Amino acid sequence: MSELFNNFDKIIKKRLIISIIIFAAGMTLSLCIHQYNILDQYIQLVMMYVGINIILTLSLNLINGYMGEFSVGHAGFMAVGAYVSSMLSVRFFNNDIGQIVFPIVVLIGGICAGFVGLIVAVPSFRIRGDYLAIVTLSFNMIVKSGLENVDSVGGARGFLGMSRLTTLPWVMLWTFIAVWIIRNFVNSSYGRGVLSIREDETASSLMTVNTQKIKVRAFMLSSFFAGIAGALYAHLIQFISPRSFDLIKSTEMLIMVYLGGIGSIGGSILGASVYTILLELLRPLGIWRMVLMPLLLVILMIYRPNGIMGLREFSFFKPAIDRFLRNK
Amino acid sequence: MDTILTIKGLSHYFEGLRAISDFNLDLKEGELLGIIGPNGSGKTTFFNILTGIYRPTQGSIIFRNKEISGSEPHEITSMGIGRTFQNIRLFNRLSVIDNVRTAFNANTGYSLIEALFHIGRYRKEEKRITERSIELLKKFDIAQYAMTSANNLSYGIQRRLEIVRALATNPVLLLLDEPACGMNQGEIKELLDLILWIKKEFSLTIILIEHQMSLVMGLCERLTVLDFGVTIAEGLPYEVRNNPKVLAAYLGDDINQ
Repeated sequence: MSELFNNFDKIIKKRLIISIIIFAAGMTLSLCIHQYNILDQYIQLVMMYVGINIILTLSLNLINGYMGEFSVGHAGFMAVGAYVSSMLSVRFFNNDIGQIVFPIVVLIGGICAGFVGLIVAVPSFRIRGDYLAIVTLSFNMIVKSGLENVDSVGGARGFLGMSRLTTLPWVMLWTFIAVWIIRNFVNSSYGRGVLSIREDETASSLMTVNTQKIKVRAFMLSSFFAGIAGALYAHLIQFISPRSFDLIKSTEMLIMVYLGGIGSIGGSILGASVYTILLELLRPLGIWRMVLMPLLLVILMIYRPNGIMGLREFSFFKPAIDRFLRNK
Repeated sequence: MDTILTIKGLSHYFEGLRAISDFNLDLKEGELLGIIGPNGSGKTTFFNILTGIYRPTQGSIIFRNKEISGSEPHEITSMGIGRTFQNIRLFNRLSVIDNVRTAFNANTGYSLIEALFHIGRYRKEEKRITERSIELLKKFDIAQYAMTSANNLSYGIQRRLEIVRALATNPVLLLLDEPACGMNQGEIKELLDLILWIKKEFSLTIILIEHQMSLVMGLCERLTVLDFGVTIAEGLPYEVRNNPKVLAAYLGDDINQ
């Protein structure tokens, strides 16, 4: 049997080298752009939006695409990450330290969102399909109206005072982390559990998959990254209000997921990039872009109902072991 | 031979509808038991109770000296009860190899952290699982489809894959739910040989649900006949075949008149 994997370690090594090169190139490029202002501030801003949206799309795709559930309230988790990290930045690190602890602040925002994800997931995964959509929808509304009524975080007026700590290299780094971790998760036994739940939950539980546990863990991971994206967003815009995290935001995330393609990391990256850049390019159209964008989406759904990459994947994001089997 | 499964006074009701009533069973290790009965007689319900999909209303199920009624399906499967489904339930959009690898889920020796960062035991375990899966697929001559998505396979191969997937959970007791469903006489004969072969190869105890008499008569050492949830006959195949109650259930009461 072992001759099957004769050159396996070589392939792993090759992939590792490619990954490191891509990572190093991405980081160097973003650092240079940031340091020497090679690109115009506006283009840098759009690039950062693209990165944040990639993280959001990956996070939602894990639930809606890979697991086949339907969450429509992910902006709620984004809000948790944004508010927690902003509070920390403004209340405790409103000085030079802020810059140093920024990654930790973002991480804490993500972890808090992950825990809120746990609280939402445990009761709501006893139900399926439309019901989960309603639960997450209500969650989104609760978070929004909750925040509107807490004066210590600014209420409906919003919250400001964060320094602009989100820079292109940071966004680049977190995007790399999100892509890497989600890819790892999907290509593990947990990921196979998630996929089998999408295909047939009963059969899945009869194949030793602890469906409840895996669903909760996937949901926590997803909300964690939504929180990270929220924290980055808050420190980029330097102003957050409950309105930034309403249903429109959640819908935007859904559009990016279904545009790029469900159950695909490559699709999430493409979907988020295409949507964000197109939205900026269409800015001269003013209000008409909000007519054109949905129209494009309708056309896409007619001709490519699964999105750009639907259920397919660049082989780079697949497990090395599978690529090896295919070559056999 | 040791007793592997003991069921006492098992009953299950769907809101007043009696699906299984006072079912008793003693299964010895290495036995091949057939459960037959007309459509709707509670055969599949029995499998669903046994694998934990339904919680029985009454009764006890003791599998290898452990009470299992009330346990979760994934726990029961991990204890060593594997099953296939009447209407094939593969993970359609996953590849053949992923279908099989999913069955190793409880058997994977790495934690969530190791999975998230692909560190520690992850690579070794993935290699082991993949090797084991390929080995199993090879035994059933379907290794060449490893990377094909399950819904692109022909019917016969899908049936085979379901058996492979059930075997990958490393069962002691295998439940086959109408494996001959939709097969012609030639294919049934092949299936008969296959079942006898896996029983020996994987040293299994098998419970087979079938309502086609031709398969069970050639295969089973013992038969239980269900009708409307009630056990109406039990015994050797030829005894059961001539039992007037069984004939009545299958062909209608008029046969006696």
